[in-house]
Amino acid sequence: MSDNTMTAAVNDSDQKAPLEFLVKGEHHPQNGTLLGFWLYLMSDCLIFACLFATYGVLGRSYAGGPTGMELFDLNLIAINTSLLLVSSITYGFAMLQMQANRVKGTMFWLAVTGLLGAGFLGLELYEFHHLIHVGAGPQTSGFWTAFFALVGTHGLHVFFGIVWLVTLLFQLKKHGLIPENKRRVFCLSMFWHFLDVVWVGVFTYVYLMGVLP
Amino acid sequence: MFESLDLTKLIFGRLTWDAIPFHDPIILATFAVVAVGGVAMLAAITRYKLWGYLWNEWFTTIDHKKIGIMYIILGLVMLLRGFADAIMMRLQQALAFGDSAGYLPPDHYDQIFTAHGVIMIFFVAMPLVTGIMNYLIPLQIGTRDVAFPFLNNFSFWMTTAGAVLMMMSLFIGEFAKTGWLAYPPLSGILQSPGVGVDYYIWSLQIAGVGTLLSGVNLLVTIVKMRAPGMSLMKMPVFTWTSLCTNVLIVAAFPVLTAVLAMLSMDRYLDTAFFTNDLGGNAMMYVNLIWIWGHPEVYILILPVFGIFSEIVATYSRKPLFGYTSMVYATVVITVLSYLVWLHHFFTMGSGASVNSFFGITTMIISIPTGAKIFNWLFTMFRGRIKFDVPMLWTVGFMVTFVIGGMTGVLLAVPPVDFVLHNSLFLIAHFHNVIIGGVLFGLFAGITYWFPKATGFKLDEFWGKISFWFWLIGFYFAFMPLYVLGLMGVTRRVSHFEDQSLQIWFQIAAFGAVLIAVGIAAFLIQLVVSFKRREALKDETGDPWDGRTLEWSTSSPPPPYNFAFTPRVHDLDAWWQMKQHGFQRPESGFIPIHMPKGTWAGIVLSGISVVVGFALIWHMWLLAGVSFVALIGTAIYHTFNYDRDYYIPAEEVERIEAERTRVLANV
Repeated sequence: MSDNTMTAAVNDSDQKAPLEFLVKGEHHPQNGTLLGFWLYLMSDCLIFACLFATYGVLGRSYAGGPTGMELFDLNLIAINTSLLLVSSITYGFAMLQMQANRVKGTMFWLAVTGLLGAGFLGLELYEFHHLIHVGAGPQTSGFWTAFFALVGTHGLHVFFGIVWLVTLLFQLKKHGLIPENKRRVFCLSMFWHFLDVVWVGVFTYVYLMGVLP
Repeated sequence: MFESLDLTKLIFGRLTWDAIPFHDPIILATFAVVAVGGVAMLAAITRYKLWGYLWNEWFTTIDHKKIGIMYIILGLVMLLRGFADAIMMRLQQALAFGDSAGYLPPDHYDQIFTAHGVIMIFFVAMPLVTGIMNYLIPLQIGTRDVAFPFLNNFSFWMTTAGAVLMMMSLFIGEFAKTGWLAYPPLSGILQSPGVGVDYYIWSLQIAGVGTLLSGVNLLVTIVKMRAPGMSLMKMPVFTWTSLCTNVLIVAAFPVLTAVLAMLSMDRYLDTAFFTNDLGGNAMMYVNLIWIWGHPEVYILILPVFGIFSEIVATYSRKPLFGYTSMVYATVVITVLSYLVWLHHFFTMGSGASVNSFFGITTMIISIPTGAKIFNWLFTMFRGRIKFDVPMLWTVGFMVTFVIGGMTGVLLAVPPVDFVLHNSLFLIAHFHNVIIGGVLFGLFAGITYWFPKATGFKLDEFWGKISFWFWLIGFYFAFMPLYVLGLMGVTRRVSHFEDQSLQIWFQIAAFGAVLIAVGIAAFLIQLVVSFKRREALKDETGDPWDGRTLEWSTSSPPPPYNFAFTPRVHDLDAWWQMKQHGFQRPESGFIPIHMPKGTWAGIVLSGISVVVGFALIWHMWLLAGVSFVALIGTAIYHTFNYDRDYYIPAEEVERIEAERTRVLANV
């Protein structure tokens, strides 16, 4: 009997225990910038997916014009690829400097990254110029249309990455490593590495597979 | 002489006086009405000194509630334009038989059916859906704003910029004559050398930026900002369907961006993506655009399923039947919507195996959708149903949508599709699901949440008039099209020889007139409700005895939504709070951290309109300058670090004391 009353009492207090319906103090939801930027990158990735798919469909439509096997210069592309891959490493150094809270070091490695990116762009422009000069422009055939669209879109991303990077250098100089700036450096880092990953796809799928017979 | 010629070309591109349609009395009259109305509105705003108010309180706001309302206003305004196109087509098809050519030349008719489709999908349905999501998601998950408040403002203005460009095409130049998806080679530069397709491309590209960013924004908001205790399976069902919709937006709209970019390269740079020669492939465009296009229809319908779920539960005074199955059905639809795109072109010759695969996946989608219908029916079963206007729309939807769904399953059978492809049967089918589904749901949602947004309810009488005219008008307008489609009449035709068909088109035109009355009744309803706003006032903040958190705040909610962040223990959080006799706190308020308004969104959007216009008309100088200005302004904005402020505790106290006073008088 006493057991019963005990359990009943416990149950009773269980039900009556007032639920807390409000957060009394200040409530800050988690910051979502990194997730949001990552989602943006994934949407960008889909644009590249479309361009890769298009290249897949048009990749042999030479319309009697020159082929990739004839014109791709793998030596040039090897240099180009190394520039971009090394720039990812130097961005990593910038991140390490940022974690150690060293503004100067962060800015130095960012600048190095930007220069490597500019080098990559310069070589890419040289390549485009050369291709158009020898009669393989974006209007030549479906193949070259898809090639210029895919590689060019990647290049355009690198260009805007550099614009962003330069902006960020000014902002770092002005405000230092405040949380906002740290977040921006982190976002640009994701952007930069993302472009690297896409380039690995371009290098393999367009250039390496392109010179196969 | 040549120098001056080049300069004109550099500045004005291909824009000349010929681009203004002086020869077309219909367009001139429309322009006169728009101009007079516009000037009158601007004059009124100036006269009552409202510019400052509009600029500070609305245009530059980052408050998700105001942005939501602006989206809805944009959608409703564009609905009028889209419907004007619709009724012009109905009238033309009812008249143009045999010797009568009707009143619209084919050239104009083709622009109208293209504009109608583009406007209704991109600038009516999308803004209305996004507006309702914007308004409700933060309130339903118990937070103060979206994850990226500035981006939200920017998204809205980019959508508006697209709509502005679209409207400009009416008076300067022309719109596309290609149908709403602009298939090449018809939309290529050889067949469509004018500016129409360029208007199409750039208005969609600019609006698309807004849609994509808004998708990212709302997705992060739902994932990261839910009130403590609200696990995923305790989210209101509307938030769930919105989550899935935003996943679809982020995963579908980039494809549209990419495919339109390719089309514009074909048009501007003479590339060979979709050309007939040089190894291009037009089928690729059709595939890509439907890989976006099919998820797009689910982007529209899923949030509306959520709206109906909320309404059915509230007006049946029961928890939603089968919440878990509802969530899983939504997720299954989300995934399946990516596996059906090819059913839009069974006739293109992909072969029997491919067609079978896509036919079967299409039919499978009807299973989760059917489960939803049963869930709503079981929610109503033995409920204490109140047939208020939102509930009328809901029941009207359930009947109409099932019919549309069944004709959809018919069309999913490839051999049947070979017969009905491109016919009016198809037109009847998708209007059946988009009007009977999306539009009915939007009206239901607007009626349901109107008191939350404005503080007063919508007038019942005019709401019922609007509902019945829409419903009956819909059946009159589209059932004849099923018949005509079965008889083999194809879509997008502006003149017919066979007189025996005319009666069906006349019935359809009559239906369109009934719908016009329905729209007019809706507008009258807004005016009447505004005039009777004292009588229709909602002082409790919870006029329908609702179940979810948005009903726990005042109507309209304060800028900060919730003085204290709610803590959630159950699905139907507000219902549980009411059951437990929740007491509103009346003291102990603390300062609230809020984002600041900014000019950047509207300015960037304005520059985007200039960039788009310059590109359409090949004004290369202006295009270059304005593009640099666009990037420059965006960069300048990133130098603004001062983006938030605190609402002082005294201000919160004052607003909450006012609410306490109002509640005491209820």
